[in-house]
Amino acid sequence: MSNYTKYLASHVTSGGMSRREFMGRAMAAGLTLTAASQLFTESAEAQEPKRGGHLKLGLEGGAATDSKDPAKFLSQFMFVVGRCWGDMLVESDPLTGKPVPALAESWEPSADAATWTFNIRKGVQFHDGKELTIDDVVATLKRHTDEKSESGALGVMKSIKEIKADGGKLVLTLSEGNADMPLLLSDYHLVIQPNGGVDDPGASIGTGPYKMASFEPGVRATFEKNPDDWRSDRGYVDSIEIIGMNDATARIAALSSGQVHYINRVGPKTVDLLKRAPNVEIFNTSGRGHYVFIMHCNTAPFDNNDLRLALKYAMDRETMVQRILGGYGKVGNDFPINETYALFPEGIEQRSYDPDKAAFHYKKSGHDDSVLLRTSEVAFPGAVDAAVLYQESCKKAGINIEVKREPGDGYWSNVWNAQPFCTSYWGGRPTQDQMYSTAYLSTADWNDTRFKRPDFDKLLYEARSELDEAKRKDMYREMAMMVRDEGGLILPMFNDFVNAASKNVKGYVHDIGNDMSNGYVATRVWLES
Amino acid sequence: MSESVDTGSPPGQKESGLRYKERFPLLALIVERLLLSAALLLAVSVLIFGGVEALPGDFAETYLGQSATPQAVANIRSDLGLDRPVVTRYFEWLGNAVQGDFGTSWASRNSVSEQIGKRLGNSLFLAFCAAIISVPLAVGLGMLAVHFRNRIPDKIINVVSLAAISLPEFFIGYLLILFFAVKFGVATFPATVYDSMTFVERLKAVALPVATLVLVVLAHMMRMTRAAILSVMSSAYMETAELKGLGAFRSIVRHAAPNALAPIINVVALNLAYLVVGVVVVEVVFVYPGMGQYMVDAVTVRDMPVVQACGLIFAAVYILLNMLADILAIIANPRLRHPR
Repeated sequence: MSNYTKYLASHVTSGGMSRREFMGRAMAAGLTLTAASQLFTESAEAQEPKRGGHLKLGLEGGAATDSKDPAKFLSQFMFVVGRCWGDMLVESDPLTGKPVPALAESWEPSADAATWTFNIRKGVQFHDGKELTIDDVVATLKRHTDEKSESGALGVMKSIKEIKADGGKLVLTLSEGNADMPLLLSDYHLVIQPNGGVDDPGASIGTGPYKMASFEPGVRATFEKNPDDWRSDRGYVDSIEIIGMNDATARIAALSSGQVHYINRVGPKTVDLLKRAPNVEIFNTSGRGHYVFIMHCNTAPFDNNDLRLALKYAMDRETMVQRILGGYGKVGNDFPINETYALFPEGIEQRSYDPDKAAFHYKKSGHDDSVLLRTSEVAFPGAVDAAVLYQESCKKAGINIEVKREPGDGYWSNVWNAQPFCTSYWGGRPTQDQMYSTAYLSTADWNDTRFKRPDFDKLLYEARSELDEAKRKDMYREMAMMVRDEGGLILPMFNDFVNAASKNVKGYVHDIGNDMSNGYVATRVWLES
Repeated sequence: MSESVDTGSPPGQKESGLRYKERFPLLALIVERLLLSAALLLAVSVLIFGGVEALPGDFAETYLGQSATPQAVANIRSDLGLDRPVVTRYFEWLGNAVQGDFGTSWASRNSVSEQIGKRLGNSLFLAFCAAIISVPLAVGLGMLAVHFRNRIPDKIINVVSLAAISLPEFFIGYLLILFFAVKFGVATFPATVYDSMTFVERLKAVALPVATLVLVVLAHMMRMTRAAILSVMSSAYMETAELKGLGAFRSIVRHAAPNALAPIINVVALNLAYLVVGVVVVEVVFVYPGMGQYMVDAVTVRDMPVVQACGLIFAAVYILLNMLADILAIIANPRLRHPR
């Protein structure tokens, strides 16, 4: 084994490298796929999880307005809190993004994918000692699908027509076939609660590895180990303390002074400074969130595809990733899906900055006025800078962009999804189907590019109920190409999730599902003394 | 501050009222001030309500942000009664507030009074610790500066305290964190306090924010003390005290300080009010769960019941402290009690 692969292996052992990352680098260094894979497994197994200790997290996003009701979880803070005490029916695989069993042991679709039967795990206890029953599951899902519900999962639950218990099994009848149904149940709002949480939605009683000991909204939440946890491969530390820290400098100070073990949202401007601290490790994970420039396909002058193409070719993606994300991100290809999604269509040519092509399409479009781009710092961090950078790269293609800075208050209601060209942000969705249905379907409320294509819609519906994965992948490729070449989306970059931990935090899993190890950070790591 | 004490009235005004005021000038003042305060608070509540209403986007829209669906927005609006006219909602809120019921937070559905009880306690604790150190320190340093005026100690006191006030408070906070928490590791950070803490732990946790606040408010009070005493020092009776052979420090403490009290009390009150209501930045930097942080969170999502309650409490603190300053100034200076 070369020194380099040894070094990589040690990196895996210390918990600092994901499988994906390791395999890529080891194979680049000349190892075969099997050898690299075996090496990864060995190195990863060398990490013997240690139990015990008190884990402290300093997280951005908590507010005094946070609600304990899982239906109303909004902040990053509550995202992690919910994962500590509760379980969903299904989880997503950290490496592949495919659904894996949690409180549902297994599931079976009907041939048209419109009826799903879930077997619920037996012998699982809630924190109050009551046994989990099928009725709790049904009540939970019903609470989140109620028309009057304020649940954040209402969107993903909309397609469920009927929820019922059938001989101890959960049967979901959908209004149309959906091959992604299990994955949708991994939404972090859908925590299974005793009697669905109808009696006391904020009781924070679940089946998770930790019991809530105290909670002050936006300030602090503490947890004690649940000794009756039904799983042994999680919940390594004895107790958890999550502290709300909305000031970026405060988080960094708390981590570097050893007061907390882990912080989220390290800014691209400070990450290189933090890297120099002796006891700190940076965890950056590819994410699904993307920074976008969106044009309304049905509004002049953007109703001209040549103008849209000109504006796409005039985007200098590499510079954006370097300057706006500090290098912590990946370039985008003008469709909202990246390799973190299951069934990602590989091999689509990367669009790059090409002033000549941009000038060609611009000329062809016949538009010769300046183009008004609206932006605001709330669209995404650095949005105003990004707009100015874009203005510069467009100038080289002879396109004149006029940047208009809008107030942050009301940006999401008055500018985004209302004005024909603006900067915006999209968080990821659990599946490709969800992403496209949310923002690219003709009838979607949030079709913020006004992309209305019956052939696209048809393909989307077909792919949704297609149970054959290979066929489905091909459909997703076709849809990606449509959005990329004819849509109103300019997608320069996907941002990485950048978090940091002290070096004695081990076992961190780079989960492609979402930030902070898909919210599971506190239940997955352990502390080395 | 003392204008309102001037109850001088033209001859021929109602005799009884005048006599009542003359007999109990302090009591009359307090009653008058309390009535005015109530009117002021009412005006404040209208202003806050109107201000939050005028912000773009209502609670339902801003709370859900980019993830708002028309359905969810409508659900929240009808749930909270936001679809009714503004005036109806204001008077409904007012009716409850007068009875001491500030309602529940729209966002978290927790009782506002309960939350504020905790947060206000934290803020007051921080302010109290800072005040108990900064006020004696500032007055003491001010006297010292007068005693050594235009000599080295005076200059050192001035330069250091002015430097401290010139730096933005978050910067002082960061400097203290950098040195005392990160480099030397002697101070507790973050300063998050919670119920199960012992008193000593609590004191340790607030050490850094208190130090920051002391540095921020010190200079103002110190300079005022110095200026007030100096102006008294140049008066004739101080010359007499000096001529009759009193020691310098003694003449400052016995003769100059009491006469300089009124302006000092005023500036102290102003700074105390600042300690309670103006510490948002310090609370954020030190991750301290106080009122300021609570109100900022609420304003960002237009959580009206919380914003209203916080705004009223802040206004009340300001009004009360100013009233207290006036009363103390009158007690300290009998001339104000018998206006000509």
